[in-house]
Amino acid sequence: MTSLENTTEIKQSSEVTEHHDDFRMFGLITFLIADGMTFAGFFAAYLTYKAVNPLPEGAIYELELPIPTLNTILLLVSSATFHRAGKALINKDNRTSQKWLLFTAFLGITFLICQLFEYFNLPFSLTDNLFASTFYALTGFHGLHVTLGTLMILIISWQTRPKGGIVSHENMFPLEAVELYWHFVDGIWVVLFIILYLL
Amino acid sequence: MTILINSKNEQKESLQPKGILRYFSFSLDHKVIGIQYLVCGFLFYLVGGSLASAIRIELASPMSDFMPRDVYNQVLTLHGTIMIFLWIVPVVNGAFGNYLIPFYVGARDMAFPRLNAVAFWLIPPSGLMLITSYFVDGAAQAGWTAYPPLSITTPQSGQIIWILSVLLLGGSSIFGGINFIATILKLRRPGLKLMQLPMYCWAMLGTSILVVLSTPVLAGTLILLSFDIVANTGFFNPVLGGNVVVYQHLFWFYSHPAVYIMVLPAFGLVSEILPIHCRKPLFGYTTMVFSIMGIVVLGLVVWAHHMFTSGTPPWMRLFFTIATAFIAVPTGIKFFNWVATMWGGKISINSAILFSCGFILNFVFGGITGVALAQVPFDIHVHDTYFVVAHFHYIVYGGSVFVIFSSIYHWFPKVTGRLLNETLGILHFAITFIGFNLCFAPQHWLGLNGMPRRVAEYDPQFQLINQVSSLGALLMAISTIPFLINILLSLKNGKKAGNNPWNALTPEWLTTSPPPVENWEGEAPLVKEPYGYGNPIISKQENTKKAI
Repeated sequence: MTSLENTTEIKQSSEVTEHHDDFRMFGLITFLIADGMTFAGFFAAYLTYKAVNPLPEGAIYELELPIPTLNTILLLVSSATFHRAGKALINKDNRTSQKWLLFTAFLGITFLICQLFEYFNLPFSLTDNLFASTFYALTGFHGLHVTLGTLMILIISWQTRPKGGIVSHENMFPLEAVELYWHFVDGIWVVLFIILYLL
Repeated sequence: MTILINSKNEQKESLQPKGILRYFSFSLDHKVIGIQYLVCGFLFYLVGGSLASAIRIELASPMSDFMPRDVYNQVLTLHGTIMIFLWIVPVVNGAFGNYLIPFYVGARDMAFPRLNAVAFWLIPPSGLMLITSYFVDGAAQAGWTAYPPLSITTPQSGQIIWILSVLLLGGSSIFGGINFIATILKLRRPGLKLMQLPMYCWAMLGTSILVVLSTPVLAGTLILLSFDIVANTGFFNPVLGGNVVVYQHLFWFYSHPAVYIMVLPAFGLVSEILPIHCRKPLFGYTTMVFSIMGIVVLGLVVWAHHMFTSGTPPWMRLFFTIATAFIAVPTGIKFFNWVATMWGGKISINSAILFSCGFILNFVFGGITGVALAQVPFDIHVHDTYFVVAHFHYIVYGGSVFVIFSSIYHWFPKVTGRLLNETLGILHFAITFIGFNLCFAPQHWLGLNGMPRRVAEYDPQFQLINQVSSLGALLMAISTIPFLINILLSLKNGKKAGNNPWNALTPEWLTTSPPPVENWEGEAPLVKEPYGYGNPIISKQENTKKAI
């Protein structure tokens, strides 16, 4: 947003003295590495618990697979649809891009609804045992990421509107940044799915 | 896409307040933010130092007569947290990093100026929050490590405020780290290669990698801990089937690298100060770079040496002992490099170099006790005794804080255009050095003889040595007075320094003192040999630069 304002300002004042490359994406990647380390800490804690802390009698590790499998598919498809939105924007087709973005947001919201549905149908609650607590902490923290991502997708889909939107083929960064974040959240989910549901 | 940066400079000049008001504003200028970090950190240092004095007054007698036991626990928790998270980490990273790194890479500002300002402005509120938790329901009592189950069973509101505050400070630290990595790797002036950067850049690059990789793990851990306290989960609560050792692993995965986050930038700063005041090139530049990166890698895999008494299995003890002993190698290389830099140099005796030499002495001593502590049989004997307290104060105070003072004497003329008073400076050094060693050297003996740390009362046989230690603490408290007088007097009446009072070659001295908002009038200089002292060709260039 700001960079566009800056550019217009400079177009008005004719003297351009210095410029440097855009490294906002570099900063975002560094941030995502940090964010990934938070998840790594959670995963490490979960795996250690599973290895050394036996659950009380009657508690189970097994979870129902249909909903999380559906959720995995939803997120993978949403990554693809987001990619389509980016391609459409490169081709200067804001309207198509906006449609793909809204579809991606729809998939994200569906993911969250499924997740909540799973929460309400699980046989355990947050404080029942160590496995339950870790399960809710991990999926909840990831769900928080999905929620933020969905909100950001809705915002940029509004900003991609053909008239008056600031995201266009000339200013791709907001879309690219959210896309990278979304792929990251997607990738974390795949790891989470494997560790939490399949192992 | 390219971003045009002169609009930012326009904004800097037109929208930002001028004069002293700049320092109370959401300024985007890296120099202003650096000073904000430094002054804010120093104010918290005074708070943390008062708490330390309270601890030493309490320990002057074997009974808890100065303050009740639970207040003592709160005081030591706040002392540790403030000194680490609000003084040393923000100052060695935030203050000097923000001020110097853009100069060193030949840039006009940091890579992300707004993120930079956000990172600073997270610190004062979280620090105030931490201190005021004392008035809510008692501050946190579980020490700066907040080990469960202690942190779960002590009064909760203080502990929760402590967690929130540390989370905010961790966020600030991560934002800073991202900014430094981007600035050093991406914002270098065209033509400037990585291996031509001043050593402080390398130190900050290594530190920032540690910050970005390890701080988020602490954040996650503290979130789980707050669930245990608020939502009654059992992650770290053995009563509910949880595992306290998992907390220790996750906590030390951050907090051991935190030692390097505090001391690696100090290494970098010393490597800047020594060559200038000894008029010799920095000895072994390449080995210095590799040892910094070696410390970064090794620093991430030694955390469990804090946990030798937590039921760690033998293979883990073996691995972490060996890895820890290995860290002595790169650290030793750096130590010998500094000594070799000074060897045969034209050393000018001033406050900056005295504090740097004090750092080298203290740090070697702290390093040696560190290697000793890494050995399991010895560690089990002195674990949680005053030996550990003495060891890490030699590292963080004798190491990092001495370097902070050295750097203040060295860069004060850059920031203000005036020199600090040398008589007061040398007095400051003498009292600090004597007070510090008097305070902490005897604590090795206390620890070896079994005096436990973090307890308000102790066996009367330790009283005399504790009183010697408290006398040292008194001297350290007094040492702040000449320093403050010096700063306040020199701000107004200090001797005019000129642009380059030390005849230095590093880029920050090749501009006016204090520097203009854009750092340089015109193009940034290309400094390929920041340590080319004694080299006739470079000295000639230096002279021509001065003439310009």
